[in-house]
Amino acid sequence: MSTLRGWFARLGGLFGKESRERELAAEIESHVQMHVEDNLQGGMTLDEARRQALLKLGGVEQAKEMCRDRRGVPWLEDLLRDVRYALRDLAKNPNFTIIALLTLALGTGATTAIFTLISGVLLKPLTYPHPNDLITVHAQTNRYGDSWGLSYPDFLDSQRDSEPVMQMASWTGGGGTVTEPGEAQYVDGREISSGYFLVLGIPLVRGREFLPEEDRAGGAPVAIISYGLWQRLYGGRDAALGMPLVFESKRYTVVGVAPAGFGVSEVSAEGKTDLYTPLGQNTQLRLRNRAARMIRAIGRLRPGVTFHQAQTAVRLIGLRLAKDYPDDAEQTFGVRELRQEIVGDVRPTLWLLLGAVGLLLMIACANVASLLLARAVSRERELAVRFALGATRGRLVRQCLAEGTVLALCGGVLGLLLATIGFRPFVTLWPGSLPRAEEIHLDWRVWLFALLVSTASGLILSIAPALRASASNLERTFRSESHAIAKGSRLHSAFVATQIGLATILVLSAGLLGRTILRLSSLNPGFDGHNVVTARVALPSAALATPAQTRATWRDLIDHAQRVPGVRSVAVVDTIPMREGINPLGYSASASLPPVDRMPLALATSVTPDYLNVMGVRLREGRFFTEEDRSGAALVIVIDEVLARHAFAGKDPVGQRLWVPAMGPAPVQIVGVVSHVRHWGLAGDDESSIRDQMYYPFAQVPDSLIPFFSTLMSVAVRTDVPPLNVVKPLEEEIRRSSSGSTLYEIRTMDQLASESISRQHFLLVLFAIFAGLALLLACVGIYGLLSYVTGRRVREIGVRMAIGATPQSVVRLVLGQSILMIATGLAAGIAGSLAAGRLLASSVTGVRSNDPFAFVIVTGVLIAAALAASLIPAIRASRIDPTIALRYE
Amino acid sequence: MGGGKPDVWQGTLALMVLKTLEVMGPMHGYGIARRIEQTSGHLLSLNYGTLYPALLKLEQEGYISSEWGVSDNNRRAKYYKLTRAGRKQVEKETHDWEQATAIIARFLTPGEESR
Repeated sequence: MSTLRGWFARLGGLFGKESRERELAAEIESHVQMHVEDNLQGGMTLDEARRQALLKLGGVEQAKEMCRDRRGVPWLEDLLRDVRYALRDLAKNPNFTIIALLTLALGTGATTAIFTLISGVLLKPLTYPHPNDLITVHAQTNRYGDSWGLSYPDFLDSQRDSEPVMQMASWTGGGGTVTEPGEAQYVDGREISSGYFLVLGIPLVRGREFLPEEDRAGGAPVAIISYGLWQRLYGGRDAALGMPLVFESKRYTVVGVAPAGFGVSEVSAEGKTDLYTPLGQNTQLRLRNRAARMIRAIGRLRPGVTFHQAQTAVRLIGLRLAKDYPDDAEQTFGVRELRQEIVGDVRPTLWLLLGAVGLLLMIACANVASLLLARAVSRERELAVRFALGATRGRLVRQCLAEGTVLALCGGVLGLLLATIGFRPFVTLWPGSLPRAEEIHLDWRVWLFALLVSTASGLILSIAPALRASASNLERTFRSESHAIAKGSRLHSAFVATQIGLATILVLSAGLLGRTILRLSSLNPGFDGHNVVTARVALPSAALATPAQTRATWRDLIDHAQRVPGVRSVAVVDTIPMREGINPLGYSASASLPPVDRMPLALATSVTPDYLNVMGVRLREGRFFTEEDRSGAALVIVIDEVLARHAFAGKDPVGQRLWVPAMGPAPVQIVGVVSHVRHWGLAGDDESSIRDQMYYPFAQVPDSLIPFFSTLMSVAVRTDVPPLNVVKPLEEEIRRSSSGSTLYEIRTMDQLASESISRQHFLLVLFAIFAGLALLLACVGIYGLLSYVTGRRVREIGVRMAIGATPQSVVRLVLGQSILMIATGLAAGIAGSLAAGRLLASSVTGVRSNDPFAFVIVTGVLIAAALAASLIPAIRASRIDPTIALRYE
Repeated sequence: MGGGKPDVWQGTLALMVLKTLEVMGPMHGYGIARRIEQTSGHLLSLNYGTLYPALLKLEQEGYISSEWGVSDNNRRAKYYKLTRAGRKQVEKETHDWEQATAIIARFLTPGEESR
């Protein structure tokens, strides 16, 4: 305690120095006077009295000095002096300082900006209470590879059986049209189980959440609304509770209001939920089907339960369910952290970017370090003089460290400023939507990171000069300056070679990404997406009264859409290529069906006859559907060329039969073969596990499934004019159509195609920028070093020319120096790039790491740039006038 | 140093200063120095210069406080006095010191316990 207090007093002692100094002098003086007086009384002469007093004191100055040491903190004062000296020195060389600061600010700024994203998206805990206890529960099936949600019956069983380890809740998407109060409007909704808000730990701002008895079939129709909807529909009045709300023609009573901001990135990154209804009241068939894994389950671990315990418990539940219901035995259960679920595949992208800017920062450091080194070499004489005058090596080393650290910290502050504005473009330009984007701020992690990065760069900057200062041959500097220069430039070359190496890695990565984009863009997507616009359709519930009425509504909708000027053809379809949503069905080419888990899968798409014309998919053989292929007629199917190859290798598939259990026990007839569509996106399709495709007429979907399909269908329109121009009239026409349907999620096919490689595009743009900067810095480094070295060798070059060297031989001499450096850097860089290429290939779909073409091109670019940077100083050296050079000192 | 007198060893000077102030009340630096020598029966050789850093340290630690005053023979001098924390510290250090000397004493005077 008191030691701490002593330290504060000592730190305080650094200030108000003069008054303390005066006081100390007065105290010592009064001490001496009193002693002298005593001595005089003891009978000494004045001189003797004074001499004895001073002797006893041990000298006035010595006493004061002891107090001074005690008063302040000597090393801290030294440090402050070093910092002041460093600042003065930087101010004296504004050109050097500005270049160094800008370079460092760029490096730390870019690194900090990316780290800001990482901090907000990956590191920051979720905003729920005890966020680490929140998990999601999945079913994993080997056939679909990826993980899925649970089926509703599985959820109910898991919820019951996992009671001791966690509280579970679930949700599924469920948007629709609200017709009362206010005008009819489409809202994003969720069907949630009771306990959803409790599990997340979010209290409602008004009312309550669903009771267990409301979360089952026949329960009272109740709804919870978002804060936004509460404001929009009810003006934020408390009276909203208990008010009616008509959603999808069903009358609900509002019982709760979710807090503001909730519903933006809950559990999944997309959509802003406005309306919550009880999941258990949903009587659709799919909720009773144990194979329909459409429910997303979340859970909160009970206190003291670990993630692993929950994992084990959930696995056991999965195994037991698999035993009880062997038809669905293909699934296993697992848990995942909620945060991981929300963040998704953003994680590898962010770390890749941090790696890239990290390289950039290292180049920036190497660049500034070589500048500092050059200065240190030219100040060798000054250091030697100070050493000779008695400065310890430690002091000289500390001085160098102070200089580097001051520079790096100033650069860090500038970088932090740069990052405060610099991270925003990353958020806005992020492909798709960046999860948790609203939580990205410059928080304490970012500050700490910037501090650490700057301190580390400060050390890197100071190492070389400090090593020189501590080298044992300072005194030799007096004797031979050239020795010092030769040694300095070796170290200097190492720095420049490092820059070239690091730049090579970045440029090559950009090259690989660029080649990937070129390759992917030239791929045939399998459809002609130009002038095609798609939108999901929300039918009013009146249209769903009977299957016949629903079919009529869709026909009516197509008719109306066809009338819009500029529209060429219209189709209705359930899954749109490159958009989310698939319907994989098992099939067999023979009557003897293999077991469920061995049956090959195909993406099934239900379409209306004009689909082929709208999408521009090529018909390879046979025919596509007509109006005659309706319910009651023989079931028909069209397959794509991939399925044709897999199932009928060599044989003509048209006229053959295909068994698709989901469509009934009887086989369906194949009437045509169409080209393969890259449904999984330009990049992803080659690597996806389900590539077979089949089409069947929407008109032949059985009556029982018509209401369900009608919630999934989209309209696709081919236009003669730019497709976005028809959106407005199309929306109006469809709303005017007898049904009064609304359109949402409107996308052109071109948009979907480019979105499917937007991540690659995004990375390419950023890597290209980073690579450009890296190359620029490396070239500046080469140029700087060669200019500096030739500048130092002016006299030597002059002598060579005086005794007959030609300008060409001087150019060769200078280039010879740089070529070794360039070659070393390039070799190291290519080795590093091989590793970087593998990393890119493993985390970015579509990248191929073994791309000799990219390697050759990039190496060529780097050599050309490096030689160009060397040529300027070389040519300048060759123009040296020997007569002037020989007088040069 | 001189005359075979032992030097004041580290750490004990602070206790001497505190104890002196406790017994004598507020004093100036020179007075404290003289008093310490006197109390030791002039067996100690105190370099007066070392007293001032010790006083500074005690003041930084909050055991003593200082203010300027006027001495008996009308001279301005800086007077030190014990604070409340200082009083506690004297007690504690005295206790520690007694314990330490008692232990050392057992080693120096061989008795039945040490065997």
